[in-house]
Amino acid sequence: MSTQALFSQLLIGLINGSFYALLSLGLAIIFGLLNVINFCHGALYMLGALVAWYLLEHLGIGYWWALLIAPLVVGLLGVVIERTMLRRLYGLDPLYGLLLTFGLALVIQGIARNYFGVSGEPYDIPEQLTGGRNLGFMFLPNYRTWVVVFSVVLCGLTWYLTERTRLGSYLRAATENPLLVQAFGINVPRLITITYGLGVALAAVAGVMAAPIYRVSPLMGADLIIVVFAVVVIGGMGSILGSIITGFALGVIEGLTKVFWPEASSTVIFVIMAIVLMVRPAGLFGRTT
Amino acid sequence: MRTASRLLALALPCLLPLTAAAQMTGNVIKIGVLNDQSGLYADLGGQGSVVAAKMAAEEFGGKVNGVPIEVIGADHQNKPDIGSGIATKWYDVDGVDVIVDVPNSGVALAVAKVTADKNKVFIDSGAATSDLTGKNCTPNTVHWTYDTWSLANGTGKEVVRAGGKTWFFLTADYAFGKALERDTSEVVVANGGKVLGDAIHPLSTQDFSSFLLQAQSSKAQVIGLANAGGDTINSIKAAAEFGIVSGGQKLAGLLVFLSDVHSLGLKTAQGLQLTNSFYWDRDAKTRAFAEKWGARMNGRRPTMVQAGVYAGVLHYLKAVQALKADGDGKAVVEKMKAMPTDDPLFGKGTIRADGRKIHPMYLYEVKKPSESKGPWDYYKLIKEIPAAEAFRPLSTSECPLVKK
Repeated sequence: MSTQALFSQLLIGLINGSFYALLSLGLAIIFGLLNVINFCHGALYMLGALVAWYLLEHLGIGYWWALLIAPLVVGLLGVVIERTMLRRLYGLDPLYGLLLTFGLALVIQGIARNYFGVSGEPYDIPEQLTGGRNLGFMFLPNYRTWVVVFSVVLCGLTWYLTERTRLGSYLRAATENPLLVQAFGINVPRLITITYGLGVALAAVAGVMAAPIYRVSPLMGADLIIVVFAVVVIGGMGSILGSIITGFALGVIEGLTKVFWPEASSTVIFVIMAIVLMVRPAGLFGRTT
Repeated sequence: MRTASRLLALALPCLLPLTAAAQMTGNVIKIGVLNDQSGLYADLGGQGSVVAAKMAAEEFGGKVNGVPIEVIGADHQNKPDIGSGIATKWYDVDGVDVIVDVPNSGVALAVAKVTADKNKVFIDSGAATSDLTGKNCTPNTVHWTYDTWSLANGTGKEVVRAGGKTWFFLTADYAFGKALERDTSEVVVANGGKVLGDAIHPLSTQDFSSFLLQAQSSKAQVIGLANAGGDTINSIKAAAEFGIVSGGQKLAGLLVFLSDVHSLGLKTAQGLQLTNSFYWDRDAKTRAFAEKWGARMNGRRPTMVQAGVYAGVLHYLKAVQALKADGDGKAVVEKMKAMPTDDPLFGKGTIRADGRKIHPMYLYEVKKPSESKGPWDYYKLIKEIPAAEAFRPLSTSECPLVKK
């Protein structure tokens, strides 16, 4: 293996890692505050892509607007899900939340599959981002560059929002002790609703970004979500920085596996997960309480 | 006396199936459509194959010699253990007489074995591996639509003849991908080409860019896609994005279905050559079938797999009608082989001793967006491969059923 080829595989890994990071970030935020393992995250990611496709196909609205509208639509749906269903499960065992969201994922995917089939619909790369540049060691499509840059920015923004702003401090305080925060006059239930909507909107953004690369297919979320859960577990449930770093790192490791032992590329992440759980049960960045 | 009558009463039900076996078992002809109904192959077979089987049953008015036909379907989830589990239950408990479709070569090989053990009938349309009528052939299997040998000798041969001498394969990591790579490699080498290497990827992979970069650095003239369904779609999309084709390397989609082209869109898929045994827009008869089928399938158009299910079931029912019995799977398949086939979708043909259905194959090219008159108008014919050349000759067959 030449160093040139190695470089290109590292870069590809980083690109895939940015999807893992974006998705696991949303999951981490939701788990951190709601203590809900949001199994319908993959389905909502798929819905994000589907909304983008629908906007283009039926309303003639292009990629850039979709990047804004799809997260809003899916985020709103998330708010509805939280208000009408998830809310009733907060006092119960986390298993109930998991079952509910898993069921929701199956329903959403089933409906989408019924209408669109599984092979998916085409969605073209926006014109401004077609083509690519030759880096010497590889041809890097412009769109993939955009995906990496944009997701790093989004991850950074989300981290800043939760760690460095007043809203973020409320969020973190509500995670620690919701009753006390409520006693200070902060509307915790609304905070929770907003958080869930935000986490879900992040999934939709990732969906729109994935639409031109993969197919807009009802299965796109199901294919990805299991890996993303492994990322969250490795990073440490609920750890925001952990999920970002682990997302990118695992993308790279997976990319390298595709070169050295391609048959194992779909299992390598789970092997790492098993090892991490044995050595550090709370995950790499998780806190043991 | 009382004990004797009791014994008789006990013995009678045991005798009943024996007399019924000479006619139709269970007084119903039960057709089981077993395929991927939720995963990456669901559009090329899936529910569409169930509809196709039902349409074949309707051609007979839903009855053969007064015995009703029933069509059921199940999802094997691309897992051989689940597939053979369903097949066993269908045969033993539910009284299924014939299993059809079964894409995914891994599952198909498992179901072929179960079917032979239970002496039922297996008409495969969706699976590709030529081993079904090669070293794994059984007297109970008919392989209808296409196989890896015919694909290799269609698209593969044409690409080598057009100057693509060095090859690199992207291969799905199971029975099908390996059979397709093997059969295509043979054709490449036999026609003066060379295989430089391969990258074996897991079934249902999302991102192919890593594998494509390996193919790119191999400097092979042709990248052979020994995969199918969603995997082929993702490979072609990533190849377009990473400038593989504009960089001078040629993609050879060894198994491309109509549903794949639809999903890719003509802009990405244009110029792709592919080998199919059926295209809905070939003549008036295929169009009529496609219209009828589409009316029940959201206006879609059938793939060759779905067409093969229809034609296979039609021929099976004709054989059962002639035999007036469906209990002995081996006998039914023998009858199917003895009768020449004739249906609106594949025309006249035969089924060989090894279970291989013989008909012409067609080399198509995907139209440019400007050439297409509308949705589903995707292919133009490059050439017809006559039936005699389309499939592996019996003289090189590894099937023990073939007497040499």
